[in-house]
Amino acid sequence: MYQYRRLNNKNGFFQKFGNLDYILLSCLLILGFISLATMYSTDGGEVLFHTRSHFIKFIVFFSMMLVISFINIKFWFSLGYLSYAVILGMLIWTINFGITASGSKRWIDLYFLNIQPSELMKIFIILCLAKYFHRMKAQHVNSFYSLFFSLIIIFVPMSLVIIQPDLGTSLLIAISGIVVLWFAGLNHKYFFYSCLLSIISLPIIISFLKPYQKLRVLTFLNPDRDPLGAGYQIIQSKIAVGSGGFTGKGFLKGTQSYLEFLPEKHTDFIFTLFSEEFGFIGSVLLLLIYSIIIYRVIRIGALSRSYFAKLFCYSFGTSIFIYVVINMSMVLGLLPIVGSPLPIMSYGGSSMLATMIGFGIVMSAKTHSQQSIA
Amino acid sequence: MININISDSATKLNSLNRRMFILATAKIIILGGIVSRLFFLQVKENKKYLTLSDKNRIREWKLPPIRGEFQDYFGNTIAGNFEAYQLHIIPEEVEDFRYVIYRVKELLELSDKQFKKIVKKKNEIKPWETLIVADNLSWEKFSKINNHLYDLNGVKPVISISRDYPYKENFTHVLGYVSQANENDLLTNENIKEKFVPGLKVGKTGLEKSFEQKLIGSNSVERYEVNAYGRRISQLAFQKGDKGETIKLTIDTKIQELTNELLKEKAGSICVMDIYTGAIIAMHSSPSFDPNSFVFGISQDEWQLIRNNPMKPLVNKSLSGNYSPGSTIKPIVALSALENEIIKPDFTVQCKGHKNPLELYGQTYHCWKKEGHGFVNLREAMKQSCDTYFYEVARRLGVDRLSVTAKKFGLGQKVFKNIFDNEKKGLVPNTEWKKNALGRNWVLGETIITGIGQGFIQTTPIQLCLMTAQIANGGYKIYPKIVANDDNQYADKFTPLYKKSRNIKIVQDAMFSSTNEVRGTSYRSRLDDPKYRFAGKTGTSQVKKITKLDRELDLKTFQIPYEERDHALYVAFGPYKSPRYALSIIIEHGGSGGTVAAPLAKKLFKMIIDRHEIRKNYDNKKYLDI
Repeated sequence: MYQYRRLNNKNGFFQKFGNLDYILLSCLLILGFISLATMYSTDGGEVLFHTRSHFIKFIVFFSMMLVISFINIKFWFSLGYLSYAVILGMLIWTINFGITASGSKRWIDLYFLNIQPSELMKIFIILCLAKYFHRMKAQHVNSFYSLFFSLIIIFVPMSLVIIQPDLGTSLLIAISGIVVLWFAGLNHKYFFYSCLLSIISLPIIISFLKPYQKLRVLTFLNPDRDPLGAGYQIIQSKIAVGSGGFTGKGFLKGTQSYLEFLPEKHTDFIFTLFSEEFGFIGSVLLLLIYSIIIYRVIRIGALSRSYFAKLFCYSFGTSIFIYVVINMSMVLGLLPIVGSPLPIMSYGGSSMLATMIGFGIVMSAKTHSQQSIA
Repeated sequence: MININISDSATKLNSLNRRMFILATAKIIILGGIVSRLFFLQVKENKKYLTLSDKNRIREWKLPPIRGEFQDYFGNTIAGNFEAYQLHIIPEEVEDFRYVIYRVKELLELSDKQFKKIVKKKNEIKPWETLIVADNLSWEKFSKINNHLYDLNGVKPVISISRDYPYKENFTHVLGYVSQANENDLLTNENIKEKFVPGLKVGKTGLEKSFEQKLIGSNSVERYEVNAYGRRISQLAFQKGDKGETIKLTIDTKIQELTNELLKEKAGSICVMDIYTGAIIAMHSSPSFDPNSFVFGISQDEWQLIRNNPMKPLVNKSLSGNYSPGSTIKPIVALSALENEIIKPDFTVQCKGHKNPLELYGQTYHCWKKEGHGFVNLREAMKQSCDTYFYEVARRLGVDRLSVTAKKFGLGQKVFKNIFDNEKKGLVPNTEWKKNALGRNWVLGETIITGIGQGFIQTTPIQLCLMTAQIANGGYKIYPKIVANDDNQYADKFTPLYKKSRNIKIVQDAMFSSTNEVRGTSYRSRLDDPKYRFAGKTGTSQVKKITKLDRELDLKTFQIPYEERDHALYVAFGPYKSPRYALSIIIEHGGSGGTVAAPLAKKLFKMIIDRHEIRKNYDNKKYLDI
């Protein structure tokens, strides 16, 4: 009987509906609400372009996530390589025909919206690698062959993004890929040696950086070097967060953002504004919501039957964690400034789309947790 | 495909779950790190960042402080503030700047040059900063602008406070003037630096400069919240500044105006002093200029006109004019000789006139009078200003003893300590001075000409006035003052400067004879009414050495080139019965003291003594001084 159920996992719509992870869903909704409120504050307490656009994107992509949840995880498994290839094609398209904005080509024009393929790649590289390792026998994981292919899978999109140029996103793509490799059981020594190698070659890497990127590293090491130039963002960001205090300055009362001292407050620095207005309490609460979301994602992975679903959920959850950590560390002056959005909170359609697709697949793994994949 | 290798799958799952566990632990540690960073920034360092945030968003704007006023003795404002009508534009608030500025140009009838200057200034400032189109409009133009405001969107007619000198050129050399603070002012005066705002006007010379600290007042402060670009968002506070102190002077405007009138078209100075309090009643240097032209910046043409005037309007002759005192030094020479018991009042010398000059040590010394004065005693010599007599007295006295008396009576040192930075010390020579300064020994001939106030000796008009005042008050030391409530108490105030007070009386009497007796050098300028009667001493100081040819030609003053004419001097005190005021008059290149300078004293004393009643009554009503 059990065997039958397991093999003929033909859940009805209502069954799937009941299998949705409501804690994760409500956390996502709360996060969406918080992000909308923060966006409203960045617009100076008015419903302006950013708020409206963010609201529409959130609603559309959230609905899309629900639709994805009802599609069998098998479908997403089968889409693994194809989607990766499509995004890779889009990245190549971007390099040739992309829209140039502030010095880099990141977007392609799809007529109804501009899309940033590099953001999508952050999710689909996980999907692709998860499928790749799902099929692999344990003893083959550490073979040269698998290592070589998986590194190719990571390096190709990464280099395509680097030449846009967009160092931040390419690093995040690489991190997403490496996370999958880690979970797939790649020998620890590879990570150890590559870590060592990158530390040793750090000076050489730095010499290859573009001048503005070097400046960011120098600024990170000493923000007061050039307080009105390169150090401005990080100094103002720290001032905003620090002046927020324990309880914050209050909703819509963040002087740093309201008086336009904060740079990029809609996107990468949105946490700064949130933290200024809601203080330590609010920030910890936001971290808590993220933690619950990540915990739920990993839990769904743990409860999934298929290796693919597990690998995807673990990697996706960890990637989200890393995105959040990198963004916050950057804003709090713990890391150099690299362009990395805060998932769901930051303004940006492609990032939101990618994140929601990710959550959709996770949710699909939940609704089809008993589905085994050959 | 049911035959999945179970053991393989299990190994993979095991490894996956183990690694998840490792990573989960790492995640918790990292989260802890972020929370502790948040705690550090937001709770521990909160104060620091809160201050930084306020520093970011709050900016203070200083408004120009309101300058304190100057009043004369009777409380009339002699340097005040008036409401200047100005026109301001904030470029960003104007829809069509070009149209508006051309319209303003039309209404104000601006010249192309002025217009270009305004446009240039507009391009230099930020669009939300105030552009001052006109800083001092006439009422007609101001109301014209107000009438056309409907089509001058964004133009703001503003009433602002500015310096005003209602008596124009009358007080210029006493008060000085104000003008825009420049870099030098900021460097030398901390107070100005602290209170500086663009357009701040500070004292450049005179009392305006010396009393800057008291006059400047304090800024009103507007505190605004600003955004990252420095644009004002909202006003948070307004802190009203204090007006600068009002400074009351001892000067009587009426007399000051008279001095100005008397010196019209002439180069020279008049000082009038109260001989007991040392209060300056009037002090004027001519020619003067209108200080109002400096307030909003003087035009280049006007400045050149003042600067290149040969009569030197920029020099305050009362304080920084060094003149040979001529015969006005004779009272001091006589006094010194009497004090040192070199001569007695009946000491007699024969004057043979400059036909038969006195020959001493191979040099000839001439009396001014051709025919000579015959046998003269001290009183007669002073009355007729006989040079021969004083040559002899000086020869017997010696320059060192003379210089002691002269210095005692205020010559050779600054009269007003540090109040005026342009005051000169003058020079009272003695043998030691010459040795040190010129490296040569004193020659007796130099003593002889010093006896008639020629040679090295240099005095300023205010020193001569002080000297006369101290003779007039019976020989007591006084400290001149120009600020009414200057309460400086000097220990040696009113200490006697004489050894025998009889000697002072003798000199006073000799000066009386010079003005009020027949053959006195200023006899024609006397006032017969005992109420006004005054005593004085004329002086005519040579600008160049008189040659033999000059003596033979005996030219009238107007026949000599201006620069070579003698300076005319006169010192006097009155009323003679009970002296109260002393004065000194100098007319540069005026000719003889008796004919040019002394007549002015006649007009002055009439008014000074009439005004004395008013001054006294005003004192009694207000406060009891002295």
